[in-house]
Amino acid sequence: MKYVDEYRDGKLARAIAAKIAAEARQDRAYRFMEFCGGHTHAIARYGLEDLLPHNVRMIHGPGCPVCVLPMGRMDDAIKLAQNPDITLCTYADLMRVPGSGDLSLIKAKAAGADVRMVYSTLDALRIAREEPHRKVVFFAIGFETTTPPTAMAILAARKEGLKNFFVFCNHVLTPAAIEAIVGGESQEKVALDGFVGPAHVSTVIGTKPYHAFAENYRKPVVIAGFEPLDVMQAILMLARQINEGRHVVENQYIRAVTVDGNLKAKAFVAEVFETRETFEWRGLGFIPDSALRLREEFSEFDAEKIFGVETVAAKDNPACECGAILRGVKKPVDCKLFGTVCTPETPMGSCMVSSEGSCAAHWTYGRFRDAQPLERQAS
Amino acid sequence: MTLQRPKHRKLDIRNGRVDLSHGSGGRAMAQLIAEIFFPAFANDLLAQGNDQATFDVPAGRMAMTTDGYVVSPLFFPGGDIGSLAVHGTVNDLAMSGAKPLYLSASFILEEGFPLADLLRIAQSMGAAAREAGIKIVTGDTKVVERGKADGVFISTAGIGVAPEGIALSGDRAKPGDAIVVSGTLGDHGVAIMSSRENLQFETAILSDSAALHGLTACMLEACGPHLRLMRDPTRGGLAATLNEIAHQSGVGIRIAEDALPIRPQVAAACELLGLDPLFVANEGKLVAFVAPDAAEALLAAMRAHPLGREAALIGHVVADDHRFVQMATRFGGGRIVDWLSGEQLPRIC
Repeated sequence: MKYVDEYRDGKLARAIAAKIAAEARQDRAYRFMEFCGGHTHAIARYGLEDLLPHNVRMIHGPGCPVCVLPMGRMDDAIKLAQNPDITLCTYADLMRVPGSGDLSLIKAKAAGADVRMVYSTLDALRIAREEPHRKVVFFAIGFETTTPPTAMAILAARKEGLKNFFVFCNHVLTPAAIEAIVGGESQEKVALDGFVGPAHVSTVIGTKPYHAFAENYRKPVVIAGFEPLDVMQAILMLARQINEGRHVVENQYIRAVTVDGNLKAKAFVAEVFETRETFEWRGLGFIPDSALRLREEFSEFDAEKIFGVETVAAKDNPACECGAILRGVKKPVDCKLFGTVCTPETPMGSCMVSSEGSCAAHWTYGRFRDAQPLERQAS
Repeated sequence: MTLQRPKHRKLDIRNGRVDLSHGSGGRAMAQLIAEIFFPAFANDLLAQGNDQATFDVPAGRMAMTTDGYVVSPLFFPGGDIGSLAVHGTVNDLAMSGAKPLYLSASFILEEGFPLADLLRIAQSMGAAAREAGIKIVTGDTKVVERGKADGVFISTAGIGVAPEGIALSGDRAKPGDAIVVSGTLGDHGVAIMSSRENLQFETAILSDSAALHGLTACMLEACGPHLRLMRDPTRGGLAATLNEIAHQSGVGIRIAEDALPIRPQVAAACELLGLDPLFVANEGKLVAFVAPDAAEALLAAMRAHPLGREAALIGHVVADDHRFVQMATRFGGGRIVDWLSGEQLPRIC
């Protein structure tokens, strides 16, 4: 497949792997966090860890929108879906995320709630147009990548005069979360030497928003594409910065990311959304200025206002380590539930639900690496 | 009792629709059967018009299977629910090494379903059966109220006979065995996706829906007892089939990504939709496990058959108590090929 296979070439991968091995000093460790779930998935799916020297370790970050959605907001969505007047449109990823009381959207749907899986905001708009008697709520989640399409949908609905289209907004902001992992509050921190920066998010926001972070925390950031060779090259660039004592923002993903990002998309987002004072992230707690809500002038589309959503904080299963895993403090195998009662079929925590979650990625692609010989049963 | 063609007007195929009377057991139902199913399936056993078919069977082991078809849309590039029902049932029989002989077909029709579409489906089923050399010998028709079904659902049963001495089974894979697929992966699933109304993209991909018993007969002839087992990787794709075998046989499986035959168009569509071709359904492909020494002979026999031209050796069986299916990626790392979790694509067959 043209323009894709080039970025998955095994020969090139081995060449970069040799360069990383040569660059990585034997007297130190290199601990890099890939923020995005897209990178986590690529690393697991292509077996990238098998190509890295033992002292270069990837730590999976919280950049999976499904994983960081707090259970309270999931409960809100389930409650919305249970309203007989509402058709809740959602991405398929969210269907099986557990809410409180063993509920999920897929269970609510089975019990009669009108939940529809959609592939884009356009599908939700189409349903609103075709079924004017239904109140169609789009369950909007995601980082800066998925925010512009939500803004466009709201603008389109206003232009068309659609009165039955609403958005339950859970859009969150990347730079605030990166900062929360390294700086600030009292929570346990993971020791990190650098970041592989987001791919798609950066196509929208550009490279600028990371500069202050790299400077303040003296950590190199290399923005990388989602293909496995992109990640390999970013790792090499990070190792070089560290060895040279630099900590700047570098852009590996120059084929898509510019300094200023997508000005048009940013303008649409700014027109429709404003920053929330604070928002809860699963595993990271409340982070100031880390999420978006609809501006006052778009209230008529705001499901939170129209349907009186009042989020009640919900507690995760106490044995679930999603929080520590999202901060990079623990690995999936450190969680007692991992692979025992928590699997992709019956997820207990959000990291096991989305394919971009670090638990799901490790279980689905990488668990052979921690497999111990099984004791044969006496026959 | 022999069904008589009713004397009143013929069915209005062009504008007519299924109504509740077509499932009531009365004259309307008899007319539907006489004017749509009998001519489409035309064979001596069905023509007897009994509530069952009776027939003699040759010596050997009987194979029996049943299957339900709820594919959406009913007509898709490269096939429709009718031909799919025949191929799917024939293939389930053929994987045991059996020669498929007879099928039953039961139709659940939704009130309001166009008769023209029903005729098209029945004719496609009949054509697929004739092409496969089997007979649809008995059937049933029910009609449910509008909204209680989606157009038409078909359920089938199939009977075949395997020659003496053939005992293919999913628990027979042994460490060292070679694993072969009969052709490109994921064609059916992508063809279905391309025709779903909310997933529109242009693609030249046709469903691979086909009856495989001709191919399996050639394979058995070439390898005989060296052939351990065959299975058709339908829902859940190759990944599900390999995991099933690993569990049934208590072995591990190792495959190589660069050995998998996948059409560039299918790979591209999967890339676009975030799917993995390993999990996408096939309806005219099989996976075979064979003793290592017979692998070359098997591949040669398969490639000599029109439905096995792109057959490829994709991996081998190892001893592994974890029963992991592992793949060496083209990129140079290793990964697990797990069962599909959740629903990648509902109503694919």
